[in-house]
Amino acid sequence: MNAAKTTSKDFLLAVEGLTVSFDGFKAVDDLSFYLDPKEIRVIIGPNGAGKTTVLDLICGKTKATSGSIKFAGKELTRLKEHQIVHSGVGRKFQTPSVFEDLTVFENLEVSYPQGHSVMGALAFKRDAQVIEAVEEVAETIFLSDALDQPASLLSHGQKQWLEIGMLLIQKPDLLMLDEPVAGMSVAERQKTAELLRRITKDHTVLVIEHDMQFVGDIADRVTVMHQGKVLSEGSIEHVKSDPKVIEVYLGH
Amino acid sequence: MKNSSPLKWFASREGLYYLALALLLVVILPLALDPFRLNMVGKYLTYAFVAIGLVMCWGKAGILSLGQGVFFGLGGYCMAMFLKLEASTPEATAIQSTPGIPDFMDWNQLTALPWFWEPFHSLSFTFIAIIAVPVILAFVIGFAMFTRRVGGVYFAIITQAIAAILTILIIGQQGYTGGVNGITDLKTLAGWDIRTDSAKTILYFVCVGMLFLCLFAARFVQNRKLGRILVAMNAQEMRVRFSGYDVAAFKIFVFCLAAAFAGIGGALFTLIVGFMSPSFIGIVSSIEMVIFCALGGRLSILGAVYGALLVNAAKSGFSESFPELWPFAMGALFIGVVLAFPNGLAGLYQTYVMPLEDRLFKRKPKADKAEPVSQKPVEKKDEGRDYDPMLDQYSPEKS
Repeated sequence: MNAAKTTSKDFLLAVEGLTVSFDGFKAVDDLSFYLDPKEIRVIIGPNGAGKTTVLDLICGKTKATSGSIKFAGKELTRLKEHQIVHSGVGRKFQTPSVFEDLTVFENLEVSYPQGHSVMGALAFKRDAQVIEAVEEVAETIFLSDALDQPASLLSHGQKQWLEIGMLLIQKPDLLMLDEPVAGMSVAERQKTAELLRRITKDHTVLVIEHDMQFVGDIADRVTVMHQGKVLSEGSIEHVKSDPKVIEVYLGH
Repeated sequence: MKNSSPLKWFASREGLYYLALALLLVVILPLALDPFRLNMVGKYLTYAFVAIGLVMCWGKAGILSLGQGVFFGLGGYCMAMFLKLEASTPEATAIQSTPGIPDFMDWNQLTALPWFWEPFHSLSFTFIAIIAVPVILAFVIGFAMFTRRVGGVYFAIITQAIAAILTILIIGQQGYTGGVNGITDLKTLAGWDIRTDSAKTILYFVCVGMLFLCLFAARFVQNRKLGRILVAMNAQEMRVRFSGYDVAAFKIFVFCLAAAFAGIGGALFTLIVGFMSPSFIGIVSSIEMVIFCALGGRLSILGAVYGALLVNAAKSGFSESFPELWPFAMGALFIGVVLAFPNGLAGLYQTYVMPLEDRLFKRKPKADKAEPVSQKPVEKKDEGRDYDPMLDQYSPEKS
């Protein structure tokens, strides 16, 4: 899955002319942006700007009407969801979606990138390597003590972490997180920021977030979306001082 | 994993449940019942195959099929075609205008055996077809539906329509299929008369043996990662997809597995009952099969066996005395199960009987787990899973 050896000059993700139209309504309209490897990009914008739709398009949940999404030189728009995952794109949803009937361990194990075919899943064995990977990720996401608990017993914040952990264990090159701190307590928020800072050391991350403080904490660059288009792009300071952004999003 | 010591498994709680079922089916019922009643139990058990498949397909993976009768029927018809050909020797059918073909073909002015009947002269082909024909049809249906993401109610309705279509087809093509009467007057299996009491008793035991094979196959699947993915898919299909799984492939697999079980059950039904007819395929019998599964407990493969046994026994008992009331009783039963105890008998057992068992045998789960933890911590986790075999759930307090 890490087939692409991108040099620092190459973009890891190149989105060009991306458009999706729902019955004539263009949720994303001729959008282009580029991610460098190891970059942390945050997408902000008012409700309905098309932020989540962009993630949906990249991970294949929604099919693009036109345009191209190149990930490590590979065109994603024609791949199926699981193939996109295998190419190295991991996606976290806005509401935590973990497998409530399974334990934390099993949640992570199911996400382990091995035995993904029907026969593979039948033959899959929980060997030392799997256990090690699961325990390592569990440590990162503060859930080492909860491995044997059913995921349904976790708090909202812990579920969010678990889902992030389920992405981490896939060893993706690009992590996409949709509002990772939404609905979290202050303490959980701080821990999540710490978690993300740790993750972002060796991943390219694309985050949607509203919390400007949090955005300032983690972002290398910020893309502001409005009505399906890029309104502004650059460092957090640049974006914050852009009059167009102040007008539609940040307020005076 | 824990199969490394099968003896130990039989001493585990789950192992004991299997032993209890084996004891009931192999020792108690054959001793307590006369051959006629035992034959009826054998017939009920053939439905248990379908119910086990439904547990995997519906209970675990959330794919409700209201057309399992189709696969049951196909398996049954494959068996019946072989038996019918064997019964239709030129000598036995000498009075027909075309001797050597099944009697109903002769009545329908057919003068030669249709091409698709030819391979059923071979017993080994028949055995393969019993599984292959239902599985191939399930694959085609599953591929067409699941790759297009048709699911839920829509899928259930389509499977029901297929059950209706197949019934109509079989009834309409009387010359090829025996029509509404089905394929009757079956006599021998490879020269062995299946109508005698001793043959019926032997067939009963064959049926029990096959049932345990299917139970173990289902148990194997449910304890592998594949089983966990099925459960996960049921609740969070999207998350499974974005964890890198081709959800459609897993749905097709489990649907085909259920079809294979149903096909085996159907073939045994033909052998045990001695004929096959479209009435066992249609909408009503397909829905009855779902009720067996729901009543037994749609998350428990053992529960499904008991569900099939009990509902069918009640059906026989009830319809012997009040034939016209049975459908109402059955409907009430189904509604009652869905409303009052959605996890069926297995769920009730787990809630009410298991705690009693715990107290009675003074089980100390922690103590009997402590010992091997030091050597193989994770294998232990797996045995924790096995601890609640009736429902695929984990007790919150350290499983």
